[in-house]
This record gives sequence, C-alpha cells and structure tokens, in this order.
Amino acid sequence: MTTVPMTAPAQPNAPSLGSIVRRIIPIFGTGVLIFFALIQILPFFFTIANSFKCLPAINASPSAFIAVPPFNVACVNAEGRTLPADATVSGATFNPTLDGYREVIETGSLPRWLFNTVFIAVTITILRVMFDSAAGYALARLKFPGNRAVFFLILGTLMIPGIVLLIPRFIILRQLGMLNQYTGVIIPAMVDAFGIFLMKQFFESIPDEIEEAAKVDGANRFVMFFRVVLPMATPALTALAIFSFQGAWNSFLDALVVLQGNQELWTLPLGLAFLRGQSGETLRWHQFLAGSVIATLPIAFIFFGFQRYFVEGVNYSGLAGT
Amino acid sequence: MAQTATGQRTATTGTQTLSGKKFQEALAGYTFLAPAVIILVIFLIIPMFAALYFSFTDWNGITPLNRQDAFGFVGLENYQRLLLETGRRQEVFFTALKNTVFFVIGVVPVQTFLALALAVIVNQTWLRGKGLFRTAFYFPSITSSVVISLIFMWLFTRNGLVNVAISAIFPNYDPVTWLEDPNGLIHNFLGVFGITGNTVGDWAKTEIASVSLWDWISGPSVTMFMIMILNTWTTIGTLMVIFLAALQNIPGQIYEAATVDGATPWTIFRKITVPLLRPTTFFVVTLGLIGTFQVFDQIFVISSGGPANTTLTIAYLVYRSGFTDSRMGLAAATAIVLFVIIFAFTLIQRRFTGERANA
Repeated sequence: MTTVPMTAPAQPNAPSLGSIVRRIIPIFGTGVLIFFALIQILPFFFTIANSFKCLPAINASPSAFIAVPPFNVACVNAEGRTLPADATVSGATFNPTLDGYREVIETGSLPRWLFNTVFIAVTITILRVMFDSAAGYALARLKFPGNRAVFFLILGTLMIPGIVLLIPRFIILRQLGMLNQYTGVIIPAMVDAFGIFLMKQFFESIPDEIEEAAKVDGANRFVMFFRVVLPMATPALTALAIFSFQGAWNSFLDALVVLQGNQELWTLPLGLAFLRGQSGETLRWHQFLAGSVIATLPIAFIFFGFQRYFVEGVNYSGLAGT
Repeated sequence: MAQTATGQRTATTGTQTLSGKKFQEALAGYTFLAPAVIILVIFLIIPMFAALYFSFTDWNGITPLNRQDAFGFVGLENYQRLLLETGRRQEVFFTALKNTVFFVIGVVPVQTFLALALAVIVNQTWLRGKGLFRTAFYFPSITSSVVISLIFMWLFTRNGLVNVAISAIFPNYDPVTWLEDPNGLIHNFLGVFGITGNTVGDWAKTEIASVSLWDWISGPSVTMFMIMILNTWTTIGTLMVIFLAALQNIPGQIYEAATVDGATPWTIFRKITVPLLRPTTFFVVTLGLIGTFQVFDQIFVISSGGPANTTLTIAYLVYRSGFTDSRMGLAAATAIVLFVIIFAFTLIQRRFTGERANA
C-alpha cells in the first residue's frame, strides 16, 4: 500500500487506481480459483448423490442432490414394476436407494474385482518399495564397477513410451506362460525406474557420517541398509508406496492386455470398462456410478490421509525433471 | 559370519582387507541392483528391441511362436503400408496421426498454461486456504482413468447434468449429444459461413497420404474435443502441484527486490517467474507430450475410436491392429513410428524450452 507506482508521478489519479487494482486482484484471483475448484470437485459430488438414485431418477433429474426420507427405497415395487422418476425425486430432493450398489455387486461380480485390485495393488506396492529402495541405495551409496552404466541404463528406460511395450510385453508374457495370471501384471510392475530415482535422490541426501558410525560398529552393507538407512527413509518410502499403490490401483492398459482372457482376475478398472462395453446403448448409470464410487473410495481415503506424501511425490518427480 | 571373517583379515593384512572390502561392497551393490536390473531388462529393454524385430514380421499374434511357420519376415512392408503405399492402411494410420496431433496440440498448451496460472494464483501471499485449493485441484488426478471416463460420459449424456445445466440457463437449448458427434470443429466453424465439403472446391478433394485435404483440416471432432477437455481436467491438478513446488523454491527476496525497484506484477511474472520456471516448464511439457501422444484409456471407454474414426488415436490403433485385427507385426510397426514421433517432438520442444535453461 505504501509503494507508489514509480511510472506515474504525473497523474494524480494513478496511485488510487493502483490501490484499487491491488485490492481487486485478490478478489478476482480467489474467484478464479473457486470457479476451477468447483469444476474439479462438483462432478464427484453429483456422482455420489446420483449413485444413490434409481435409474429413472438419474435420467430425469441428475441435479437433485438433497437426500430426504424415506431412505433405502426399492426401485422395483412388489409387482416387479420399476418406479417412475417422479416417485423418488422431486425438485432438488430425492429418496436414496442402495439398488445401484446392490445390482453392481450382484450382477457385475464387483467383489471379485475389488479383491483382485486390492491383492494386485498391495503386492506390487510391497515389492516395488523393496526393490526400488534397494536399487536406489546401491546407485546412491555403493561403489562398484558399472554403477554409472547401470544408472544410465535405468535412465534410458524412462524414455521408452509404454505403448511401444504393449505388443512385445504381451509376447514375452505369453512365452513365459504369464498371460491371464496374477504374475503377468505383478512381476513386470514390481520395479520402476521413477521409484529408483526417487529413492536414489533420497539416499544421497542422508549424511555419510551416519553410515560411517555403523561401519565402525562392524555392520556390513546389508545390516546397514535394513537397520540404519531404511528406517530413516520412511517419508520417501511412504511417498513411493502411495504412488505405487495409486498407479497399480488405477492401472488399465496392462491389466487389459494381460488379464482380458480371465474374467476371474479382472480388476476394478477392467471390470467397469467391460461392463460399459457390454451394455451397448442403454447404460445402467446407477450401476456405473455406484461402481465408480466403490472404485474411488479407497484411493480417496488414502489421498486425504496421506496428502502430504502425494504432494511430496509429485515434487520429487518435478525435481527429477530439473 | 562374513563380518567375523573380514574382521580377522583386518587384523592380519592391510592390502587384502582393502580388496576384500571392495569386493564385499561390489557384491552388495550387485545384489541390491539385481532384481531391478533383471526386471527392467526383461520387461523394458528386451521388449523395446522385440517391438522393432516384430515390426519386420507378419505375425498374427495367435499362431504359437515355436511353430516353424509362425511368421515370416516382410522387411519394411509394414512401414511401407502405413506410411507410403496409398490405400486403406495408410488412410487409417494418417487419420489416427491427424487425430492424435489435434489432440496433442489442443491439450498440451492449454493444460500447461492453466496449470501455471492456477499455481501462480495459489502461490500468492494474499490467498487464504491454499491447501484446500490444492486438494480440490489435485483430486481428479488420483482417480482411475476408467472411472473418470465413466463419470465424464455420464455428465455429458443427452439427459446428463451438463445439458440440464445449459437448459436451465438457455430454455430454448436443444440438447447436444456431445460424445457421439463426428463433425470436426473447424468444419463446423467453416459451416457457419456456408463452406462445406461440397462447396469448398475441388482442391479439397486432393488426397495427401490417402486422406483428403478437406479431412486434414477438419479439426478435432466434437467427441474428440470432449475427450480433450476430459484429459485437461484430469491432468492440470498434477501439473499445478509441480509448478507450485517450483514456485515455492524461488526465494522471496528476488520478488521483494523487484517490487522495491518498482516492477509491476506483470513484469515480475514475465521477467522473473517465467525464466526461473523454464526447467519445470520443460518437464511439464515433456510429460504432457508423452501422455497425450499415448492417449488410450479414455478412448477405449468412451468411444472405441468412433464415431467415424474421429477419436482413433495412434495408441488405440496399435491396440486395435494387434488385438482386434490380429496383425501384431503391423501393430508393432505402428508403435515404433509413434515412438519416433514422440522422440522427435521431445527434441524439438527441448530446443524451445530446455536449452536456454541449461546454458
């Protein structure tokens, strides 16, 4: 407020104009942010609301968002007739139902997909945290012939676009008998170059002295890694674990190519995508929206619980690029 | 056990200890790296070369590879059909290339600019609730591409939320089927002035790479445009967080000094913020290029390449050739061409955003 624009001493109006602008900018800027924040969040809000509606109500009035009693209505009445839209929705209010959730669980074998997704994502996360941190540690701390060469080899793999690997990876998994198996999606994903860099960067930031002290005590590299270095790396390991879990939970293309032929092993994204494919023109939105909520809830909980680490992980990736 | 052994040797000879320790360290290094290297070699490096190898074959993806007649070598034929030979394959490939390029050119600048703009506002000292905004912007990025595509489809169905909202504002609005419209945006725009494929003149019928000039300038179809919006929507959160981290690394004193010298906010942004963010911008644009050139999931869920092939992207074409049309050789060649294109684009953009930052 005390800074007077240097360029405008001749115009008596300029300072007040400047202070007006200075006061308007925050209001305008906050307005822009609120606008974009609503665009980002409202679709999820309405998805949740509509996942609790009967199908005719979704189609007739997607904007109704206030749930009012009677709760847990049945969308199909005793005579087997589907309730018309205006029976469960009026204005901005609607009577919630669990039919969408029930149907997608009963007809879509969703519990199976949920189990597969959890199993695959958890396994990949554990393996990746182990192998990425071990490799990152070796690259950051250990001196041995070929260290630099391996580093550049791993760096090089970051430049290979995933789509190029689609066909040959399918061929290799087929030759190894890993198609339509859990192992086909887990084993190729249990190491990733980005995670190795993240861990390497972190280990390089730990002062040498800590390991020196352990070395004096006679600890070898394995003891040092597991007892001394790894416990210090909890923040980086958490960031890596969350990113791995999120990636594995949402992964689609790999699951599509590897697991397509074995419905028993379909993951949530794969199952939902095929459910959409089979439904043709008449999409049963109450099922899709309920399925979408179920598929998003776990990752949303993790996000809100560990948000700091998400941001940290993204920042690491940003730093890797600079 | 190993510890006691070295311990004993330490007591006896010095030189042996040194090489023994070195050996131990190397052994530990190789052990730590082995799983990572083995996996990366088998599932990343070998496949890269395998893709090249199979692009010279006519394998159908079904015949077992251990059979003598599983596939034949066709040399450069796959590439020739895609790139040089007039015909259906060339038409499909260049249609996919055109669609992909429209997608990339439309999405990358917009998402980069929006992410930067939002990050700059969130970084302002006067802003309250920074964390809340960051959470809101980032949230769509955490959900699965399949789920987000389903939600997006629902929002834009004929009687979906978006049409309901537009109808509420404009009562005479005739609901648009956003996701089933093959008309190109530039065609639509020209149509306003009465210019259509029939009236534009014979020059437009000239075919380049089996695609008519008129089709080359179609612009993205309405459906593709919607998928572009979807992609931007889900990506800006991540990119914003990256920009924000870089902004927070710029020391506050620089801004203070500039303000004392009388620089306006706009000058500060242009002369200080943008140059200091150049490495980050390079990274964000590279991420954007690599991601958009390979767009697949959203296409698979929403449109399967339709309507009228207007959302067929190269990545989707690779999948379709390989797994639907059983032409693995052709699919591998398509993927290699895409690889070269991405590589070239990354190099080109490095000239624009990267190099000066390194100097």
